[in-house]
Amino acid sequence: MSPRLSGDNLFKTLTALLAVSAAFILMITAYELFVGSLPVLQKFGIYFFTGTKWNPVQTIVNPEIYGALPYLLGTLVTSAIALLIGVPLSLGIAIFLVEMAPRTLRVPVSYLVDMLAAVPSVIYGLWGYFVLRFWLLDYVEIPLSRYLGWIPIFGGTPQGLDVLNGGVILAIMIIPTVSSISREVIQAVPNSIREGAYSIGATKWEVIRNWVLSYGRSGIFGAVILGLGRAVGETMAVTMVIGNTIGPSAIPNSLFKPSQTMASLIANNFLEATPGTLELSAYIGVGLFLLLLSLSINVIAQVMVTRVLKVKGGAVE
Amino acid sequence: MNSKIVIAIAAIVVIVAGVVGYVYLSSSAQQTSSPTRTTITLNGAGATFPYPLLSVMISHYHEQNSSVQVNYQSIGSGGGISDLESKLVDFAASDAPLGPADMAKAPGALHIPETIGAVTIAYNLPGISTGLHLTGKVIADIFAGNVTMWNDQEIQNLNTNTTLPAKSITTIHRSDGSGTTFIFTGYLSVSSPAWNETIGQGKTVSWPVGLGASGNTGVAEDVNNTLYTIGYVELAYALQNAMTVAAVQNPTGNWILPSLNTIQLAVQVAASSGLPAGNQSWTNVSLVNANDPQAYPIVSFTYLLVYQELNVVPGMTQPKATALVQFLWWVVQSNGGQQYSSSLEYVPLPTNIVQIDEATIQSITFNGQHLPTS
Repeated sequence: MSPRLSGDNLFKTLTALLAVSAAFILMITAYELFVGSLPVLQKFGIYFFTGTKWNPVQTIVNPEIYGALPYLLGTLVTSAIALLIGVPLSLGIAIFLVEMAPRTLRVPVSYLVDMLAAVPSVIYGLWGYFVLRFWLLDYVEIPLSRYLGWIPIFGGTPQGLDVLNGGVILAIMIIPTVSSISREVIQAVPNSIREGAYSIGATKWEVIRNWVLSYGRSGIFGAVILGLGRAVGETMAVTMVIGNTIGPSAIPNSLFKPSQTMASLIANNFLEATPGTLELSAYIGVGLFLLLLSLSINVIAQVMVTRVLKVKGGAVE
Repeated sequence: MNSKIVIAIAAIVVIVAGVVGYVYLSSSAQQTSSPTRTTITLNGAGATFPYPLLSVMISHYHEQNSSVQVNYQSIGSGGGISDLESKLVDFAASDAPLGPADMAKAPGALHIPETIGAVTIAYNLPGISTGLHLTGKVIADIFAGNVTMWNDQEIQNLNTNTTLPAKSITTIHRSDGSGTTFIFTGYLSVSSPAWNETIGQGKTVSWPVGLGASGNTGVAEDVNNTLYTIGYVELAYALQNAMTVAAVQNPTGNWILPSLNTIQLAVQVAASSGLPAGNQSWTNVSLVNANDPQAYPIVSFTYLLVYQELNVVPGMTQPKATALVQFLWWVVQSNGGQQYSSSLEYVPLPTNIVQIDEATIQSITFNGQHLPTS
């Protein structure tokens, strides 16, 4: 064998090791989280996922108990609000930039939208806390609760630090992710499809709705799921605006009630939790739960997006 | 073509600036470090509450003893205790004393109270200035969600000359696990049997009502920004932000506002009934409800934790152990670290506590030998 070949082999082995190490880090993280959460999983079993009480302090009346359901709901509800607000906006941006905007506008606007991703999340949190909170309170929450307060999702006394604020902040934060991937997906739709549609007399709106979006739907769905992944894992900004309640009072049954997400619960309490206690194990358990949720979301998204981009490759050839 | 040239020029500028900056910094670092002797580094970690005070103490100590560098990471009491147990640090700081489980994992750990925590009850009621009268039981009822209106009879009875608004109360509590919450809920557990039975004392408790805010700063912001709120913050934050705070009834029946004097007095009086030695358990130490007409009732120690026999810490040497003992000794002296307390709105240790601390610090050994304190 020539020395050059063995050098190649060495390089191949080295890069393979590096690639495997990334997967290995993920696996040991999951393993450590699992081991750390074993005490709480063994003690409370399914209650940890379905229960609503969270009490680290044993008293005469109330035992020490951990149920993570309110924080799972808090995470899902804020993320759902983020998608409801963020996805239509992002799709609008993507369609405008690819299908309608003049070239001189396309580059600077896409650049600015992508820049939203570069804003540190603590800045979004500060803005949500000092500015958005009072806008929502004065123009949305107080009027809605006065006239529609009898509808449960508008119930409670609005304070501005609640599920709605958390959801709106997340909506802004997922826009760059969703819009830039949707943009690429829409760009990947072969021009022959558009030309074909125009040639049978479709209007611009019809072309976009019936052909472009429909052709790219699995990719756009993937973009949405990636946005969801970002929303689920976001910690800092949400922690600053969601009001951080604990136990049954954290169940997000109204937009105007404070709640808490899984990520905020961990960020808030992990540092002061005493080592070796069930309480610490409970936070690690919530971490495991969160990791599994984010991983499955990302896997779904990857599958969806690659499916569309593969079609593009085929179409070009 | 143009953009390539621009990028190339920008890259060159960045690289040149980086190299020049690095050379400049490393040469100036050499100039400052060359005359000093070998430096001893002491590492500590733990509670966030004493961090502002400790960091000022540490920088003053370094000015006076340039050969000793103390690093303190404010990672939270839990993290500090964990680091002490795994012997990653030379000392730790915690707002709560070590419980039996932690005492077993850190055998021979000493408690050295280095400053005092006091919790104030801050509120936001338009037209009502500092001094609203509250008792421990009423505060517990408010934070438990049993008293929900400001003009509730329970509050009105304590404030017969004040017109209270018919507004619902929003309580603000800490969202993060915290020594402040530990002190506050400890006081509520003593004051209200119902609180003690249902919620109890902890760094995080299962709050039935209210909003959670992160840190003393977060609670102070929320109370200041939101009408009809009530929250609890450390003394320093209440004084620095000029918050309106309640006068809390003490065991003699007087209504006492929190201040450096009423709090120092409380510690002095509560401690005169006897404190454990530094190497004993401090879990039963309580400074709340000190029995003096002028003492503020919601008060607690915060502790430095250090091993009595320092050779259990890996990398410990005779000079390092001596430096640690001398640093601790300086921290508790009224003409040492304690002189920086008042200006930062921390309460200086009263004399009787300094004496207890001195005895504890003198008991520290390295390989069985006592170490000089100065």
